Amino acid sequence: MKQLTSILEGIGSTLQLLVSSFSYLSSLPRQWARFIEQCYLIGYTTLPIVAILSFFIGTVLALEAGYAMEGFGAKEYIGSLVGLSMARELGPMMTSVLLAGRVGSAITAELASMKVYQEIDALTTMNIPAAKILVLPRLAAVVVMMPVLIVIANIVGWFGGSVVARYVSLLGISPEAYFSALRHFTKFKDVINGMEKAEVFGFVVVLVCCNIGLNTRGGPREIGAAVTRAVVVSLVLILVLDYFVTKMLT
Amino acid sequence: MQSCSKTRNPFTGAEANAVGVKVDSLTKKYGAMTVLKNVSFEVEPGEIFVIMGPSGSGKSVLLRQIAGLDYPTSGTVTVNGMDPRLASTREHVRLALVFQAGALFNSLNVYDNLALYPREHRSGDENAIRERVLHALRILSVEDAAKKFPSELSGGMKKRVSIARALVMEPQLLLYDEPTSELDPVMSATITEIIATLKHEYSVTSIVVTHDRALALTIANRVGILFNGKMLSLGTTDELRASKDPRIVDFLNPKIDVEHPRFKKLEHQEKDTP
Repeated sequence: MKQLTSILEGIGSTLQLLVSSFSYLSSLPRQWARFIEQCYLIGYTTLPIVAILSFFIGTVLALEAGYAMEGFGAKEYIGSLVGLSMARELGPMMTSVLLAGRVGSAITAELASMKVYQEIDALTTMNIPAAKILVLPRLAAVVVMMPVLIVIANIVGWFGGSVVARYVSLLGISPEAYFSALRHFTKFKDVINGMEKAEVFGFVVVLVCCNIGLNTRGGPREIGAAVTRAVVVSLVLILVLDYFVTKMLT
Repeated sequence: MQSCSKTRNPFTGAEANAVGVKVDSLTKKYGAMTVLKNVSFEVEPGEIFVIMGPSGSGKSVLLRQIAGLDYPTSGTVTVNGMDPRLASTREHVRLALVFQAGALFNSLNVYDNLALYPREHRSGDENAIRERVLHALRILSVEDAAKKFPSELSGGMKKRVSIARALVMEPQLLLYDEPTSELDPVMSATITEIIATLKHEYSVTSIVVTHDRALALTIANRVGILFNGKMLSLGTTDELRASKDPRIVDFLNPKIDVEHPRFKKLEHQEKDTP
């Protein structure tokens, strides 16, 4: 019962934060510097790890698909499998998981520290809403940067698959054949669908992490607990939302 | 009560209205623990009201209630007749709180900490804000720290920057939580003088939570003594000095008795209690 109440409270406060943040949307042009700073933190600093992860996801996908499809003489279609998997599912999901681990945890830690050390109280007495200057720029930044991260993840993942397809002796598929199959089966709509999923995941991750950070009470130990909770809740939400958003988009 | 009087800030020249505060039958519980028990008092516009009491008596909790940072379990707090928890109240009344630990924004340097309020509320162009911020820093003798981050400041400097940040807000109600703790005697006297100056020349309403007897007895119009969450005494400094209540006498003039230390007496009392 206590856990259910806690979950319902969490949902309620998250929705309240969302509505509150949106009510300050008109202030966003004046917060240009904060928005750019958050774009840098959410997008630019996450880019290298997204690229590395996507490259190896592409290679593993190509390798596994190659071994499976080689058995019935369809290894020429590895490109299509890697292309579709990266664009529709693995690109958006793995990028969002990385976002939760890298950016979400940092957001929660920062806001929880601000809450514990009374900086949020100071903002309240100054009549400067935290939703306006701390949450809104982050939400706007993730909406702008998520598609960029997904494009990079897809391209690097596809490239990783082509490297394996070309250089692993068992497969030996030329890049031309690999990308031809990829282009034939992976449509622009698939990439857009993946981006839409990533937008939903990224937005939810940042919103949830902000809310958990802003509702932290206690001392340094609670900051650590809040970060753990934020990452776990984000990962669970990504997986649950993945099913529903995929169902909606297909 | 709860009326306003037109005043002018000696530091910034801005006009403002001092506001009154009314605390009525305030009780605050945290779980099974009752921190404030049916506390009632009123603070007149422009008054310096000092709240004293032993550690853990609920002074800071009371200040948070007045600042609108916490919900009362029962009873009401009004600032100029309005609920301090509402954002609409903060739009009408400029209320500043000097936190005990400073509560400076760690991601901003000292200058930006002070400039945040006027920038967000669009109080003048950048040149006017700069002048206002540097003036407040000069008053508190921390102008050299303008480009430093809070993590680079000592405890006393953090406190002074926190007061400077409050001054930049040109507040009508200024709440201080232990403004002179961690400060050397000269700086404590300076802070005390600043609080008094704001009263005499600007007439800002000040509520000060402190253990500093010199501050309380020198500048307070009235002093409230909180004991175990209850308002034990409420009166002028003269009335406080004349009090015969042994708890107040002991609190204001604690004798250091090395031969018969207090903690030993407490140990004996605990043993005797069945």
